[in-house]
Amino acid sequence: MTVLVRTDSPPVQPAKLVDDFAPPLILPGAHKLCAGCGEPAAMRAVVEMIDAMGFTNRAVAVFGIGCYTSFSPGLDVEVLQALHGRAPSLATGLKRVHPNSIVFTVQGDGDMVNEGLQEVIHTAARGENVTCIMLNNGVFGETGGHMTATTVLGQRTKNSLEGRDAKKHGFPIKLAEMLAPLDGVAYAARGATNNARNIFRTRRMLKGALAAQEGRRGFSFVEILTMCPTGWFIETADAPDYLDDKLASFHSMGVIKDVATGSE
Amino acid sequence: MSAELLEGSEAIARAMVSAGCRFFAGYPMTPFTEVLEGMARLLPDVGGDCVNAESELEAIGMAWGAAAAGARAATGSVGQGLSLMQESIAELCFARVPMVVLNMARGQGDYYQATRGGGHGDYRTIVLAPADLGEAVRVVQLAFYLADKFRNPVMFMGDYYLAHVFEAVDTVAVDFGKLPPKDWALDGTSSGTGNARIVSSIMPTKRNAAVYVEYGAYLETSGEKIAAIECGMDPLYEEGWCEDADCVVVAYGTPARIVRYVVGQLREEGLRVGFFRPVTLWPYPASQLFAATRSARAIAVYELNAGQMIDDVRLAVRDRYARSIGGLSFDSSGFGIAPALTPMKVAARIREVMADIRQGVPA
Repeated sequence: MTVLVRTDSPPVQPAKLVDDFAPPLILPGAHKLCAGCGEPAAMRAVVEMIDAMGFTNRAVAVFGIGCYTSFSPGLDVEVLQALHGRAPSLATGLKRVHPNSIVFTVQGDGDMVNEGLQEVIHTAARGENVTCIMLNNGVFGETGGHMTATTVLGQRTKNSLEGRDAKKHGFPIKLAEMLAPLDGVAYAARGATNNARNIFRTRRMLKGALAAQEGRRGFSFVEILTMCPTGWFIETADAPDYLDDKLASFHSMGVIKDVATGSE
Repeated sequence: MSAELLEGSEAIARAMVSAGCRFFAGYPMTPFTEVLEGMARLLPDVGGDCVNAESELEAIGMAWGAAAAGARAATGSVGQGLSLMQESIAELCFARVPMVVLNMARGQGDYYQATRGGGHGDYRTIVLAPADLGEAVRVVQLAFYLADKFRNPVMFMGDYYLAHVFEAVDTVAVDFGKLPPKDWALDGTSSGTGNARIVSSIMPTKRNAAVYVEYGAYLETSGEKIAAIECGMDPLYEEGWCEDADCVVVAYGTPARIVRYVVGQLREEGLRVGFFRPVTLWPYPASQLFAATRSARAIAVYELNAGQMIDDVRLAVRDRYARSIGGLSFDSSGFGIAPALTPMKVAARIREVMADIRQGVPA
């Protein structure tokens, strides 16, 4: 039998506290998001990859406005707060002034695809050496579950109660597929945080995107599908499967473009 | 360096580069376009960057990112373009990001937009409105200094004439004094140190900060910040012939040059007319205008709009008689070239106010 805690002698090392296990670049303290939210795992994957790639003391995050904005004071990473939708232009100015910094945006689907679609498209088209990260849960989580431009057909939200109907609400936008053909884009991928395997894949995508920025190959983009049981009006435990069944069946996961490997 | 004959927009662009501006972003709109052209040509030679933004929204966003990175950054536009930028201007005030915003207005219809703003929340922007190029090349540099000093956007207000008039000016750098280092600016180097910096309008400190500031407590400092600017700078203004004036004429920008000339002419005729020109439109030189109009029985306001600055004049002169003698004056080009802006018309309108005084001004 494996001995977890030896009780036959005095402790040989001090007891560990929860904060001793905190991942890198996350300050002590808990996040304030709902139970079952997929965003904390995404945020952690991002900063862990920054740390793992040795970019720590060059990293600046540009935050949009959404639930994830509450991470901004809890990261040991420099943060520039943008208006809703406007992070890519701020990232552009920042990166142009400090070309050796590693600049990434953290935005939601409402922030990036609704309010700020023009910003991200033009930043991508310019081939700006920044990484834009979209946490896509298909709803405005912060307002309480309203329809965004990525809400999939049939999905119920507070302002599409009968489910998103294309006749009434139009069709959802697949942003990663829309950006990938632009010449300025070096990397585009879509991951998810609904299970360990997808988090692992997402980490690899973040690595590919940050490597593209470091190699000055152009604009890099990672979309991460995240759970929002509160905004989806479902049981917390059902959210990972709901993500697979509803969101990922339309917004399919995978690397869509990587100029480093020539895949498109 | 010495004085050189330059067009207004070129002189403004050169003066900005002299002030240390190294990042500029913009979207074309006359007469802002000409400054954008100048910056696109001048900045690469000094290691700076000028980006052609896809809209005014992105232009101010790019300048915001550059300013947060510690660079002296500027953007600008005209009327409608500045309307688009209002959300960012307000938020830049809350986030305490310095920036110079060129308001290359055509006429003077955007006085409210510049001095009140159309953004959200409790904020104020310093507004500087020069009347000629000699003043313009100085105050556009002062704008960068004040922006850094107060960590607040500063608006430089021009007009169609200022952008296109040719005058001999020296665009050499002006030293306004020392400024504290930008130890708040972002470059990535503080990440991972346990004290990573944050430039945010809503999360003013990291949660492990030695002095943690809540959002609500931060918002409550908005009034203190506005007061700090109002008390921390002397409003700029020009006055003439006010000591014994029965009527003081108030004007700003290029039209003030015409008004100053006309008031001088009327003085030679023996009319007791005075002249007052605010250069800072916010903070408004209210107590200075109050003092300058002590002897006046009427205050006339000449501005190329339906009457906007007259609100600030009335606040300054309190219960005294103030009358608008400017008025809408548009040519069909839409550029606000103002056909009514002639010395004869201005003189006739000042004489009307003098007649008011003789007949007894309304109480």
